[in-house]
Amino acid sequence: MPYYPESLIQELEEVARQLRIESLRMIYQRQSGHPGGSLSAAEIVAALFFEHMHLKSEEPNWPERDRFLLSKGHASALLYSALARRGFIAPAELQHWGELTCSLQGHPDRLKTPGVEMTSGILGHGVAIGVGLALAARMRKQKHRVYVLLGDGECQGGIVWEGAMAAAKFRLANLTAIVDYNDVQLDGPVHEIMPVEPLPDKWAAFGWSVLQLNGHNVRQVLENLDMAAETHNRPTVLIAHTTKGKGVSYMENDSRWHGIAPNAEQFQQAMIELGGKA
Amino acid sequence: MGEMSQREAYGRALADYGAINTEVVALDADTSSSTLSNLFAQRFPDRFVNVGIAEPCMVDVAVGLALEGKIPFVNAFAALVALRAMEQIRTCVCYARTNVKIAASYAGVSDFKDGPTHHAITDIALMRALPEMTVVVPADAVECAKFVPIIAEYEGPVYFRLSRAATLPVHGADVQLTLGRGITLCEGKDVTLVATGGMVGRSLLAAEQLAKQGLSARVLEIHTIKPLDEALVCQAARETGAMVTAEEHTVIGGLGAAVAEALGANCPAPLERVGIADRFTRTALDPESLMDACGLSVEDIVAAAKRAVGRKG
Repeated sequence: MPYYPESLIQELEEVARQLRIESLRMIYQRQSGHPGGSLSAAEIVAALFFEHMHLKSEEPNWPERDRFLLSKGHASALLYSALARRGFIAPAELQHWGELTCSLQGHPDRLKTPGVEMTSGILGHGVAIGVGLALAARMRKQKHRVYVLLGDGECQGGIVWEGAMAAAKFRLANLTAIVDYNDVQLDGPVHEIMPVEPLPDKWAAFGWSVLQLNGHNVRQVLENLDMAAETHNRPTVLIAHTTKGKGVSYMENDSRWHGIAPNAEQFQQAMIELGGKA
Repeated sequence: MGEMSQREAYGRALADYGAINTEVVALDADTSSSTLSNLFAQRFPDRFVNVGIAEPCMVDVAVGLALEGKIPFVNAFAALVALRAMEQIRTCVCYARTNVKIAASYAGVSDFKDGPTHHAITDIALMRALPEMTVVVPADAVECAKFVPIIAEYEGPVYFRLSRAATLPVHGADVQLTLGRGITLCEGKDVTLVATGGMVGRSLLAAEQLAKQGLSARVLEIHTIKPLDEALVCQAARETGAMVTAEEHTVIGGLGAAVAEALGANCPAPLERVGIADRFTRTALDPESLMDACGLSVEDIVAAAKRAVGRKG
């Protein structure tokens, strides 16, 4: 497994911080979006897009690229921030998010935004679509990997498990799912609305290799992604324990911040906490 | 009858085309011995994916394969794939415009023995309402087979509605098919019968009966319900002045509705719709008698034609 020097870890932590700032700025400017689940996945996305995955921003459809599906499509601000920072879309485009003529839709649209592998927004599709991507890679004898980022509340839907069953049947070792396990959904705590526990046992029972980690620890994210890549004969899921709204004190673990935008005062407070410019 | 069933013609054609186009893959939801996608599976086991009884998963897996340039044909019972996988089809196939072909077998009331749970009488309406979707309903076994390469080579989502049964033969092997282009099967000047699927053969029989009664009926086959060949329909409306539609589907939202929309917007003419009334169907011992009981008999078409002619200004 590769060794990750502390300097790289710090660099990625800084990327995660910038992605949080940019995501919140987008949500604030548009006065719409999903801050909680964008903040919770910042380190995961930073590790994937800025270190782990093989991507070419100048060639978004590069055949050998790793594939990334944002199954929790409501974290679109986070994805757009990463795509802009990674050079797939112009950073100036971010401030126009959601405008009638802007390419950035409320939820990701593969036909309008370079770097968006697949349209998403309705929860549940990522794992099953990932099965199709991974099967195609096997048929074509391609070496790239497929990553699916999904939410914990998303695991309440049956289609996730249909896909999970299929991935195990076809022994798709080239498929890695990452559950952003922040235990908060729109209506309240996941463990109250509809408990998904024992979540690791469920994935294991469906035939997946299961790894658990702190989803805000960049080194752990990178090392677990590497472990997944070295697993044979079966897909791997990373259960990434995270905090919804991570980095903004008043948003943390509060379901009210699943899908609303901060006002001017709240945004200023968030920028102070994240070290960004208001 | 001795005619080949639509499903068998399709299954054979898909397997044959699979040998020519190696990008074609087939998926099924535990119905491959019914849809006859197993004919493809036997020849190309590495290009066949059985996801079990999980139509939504099947469609999403096909979406993933299509994103990578494969040409997936998903195979299932129409009543299941059109309803259970509707959201997958809307979001991941149509909105994302992925190149997925939905071979919806056992459509209409052709699965007579299994009853209304297994009858697909609303699928045309549902699929026709989706932006980006092309809806194709073949009339007979020849057309089922000939459409397979055409649909595979068309870039975009297609709903291919197949009967379990052998429908009346309509076409010779030399029939020329173009997506979106209707076919005038016989000329006539008093009334036009616009038919799709298994109702095409029945409409030709109705035209014969009408001729004996002194009415000259034109018969149009509309195999592509969306996009509708509005020019052909409107030309017929202008030239014959009375229209009848015939389909193995509810009268709401299907071919009859599509033709009504075209007539209303462009060339108003009296229209009578032959289809399944707005109620659920029944179990029966054979498909023909069930179709008759559903108001889809040749006599129903003849009566509708007379009503339409009687309404001419």
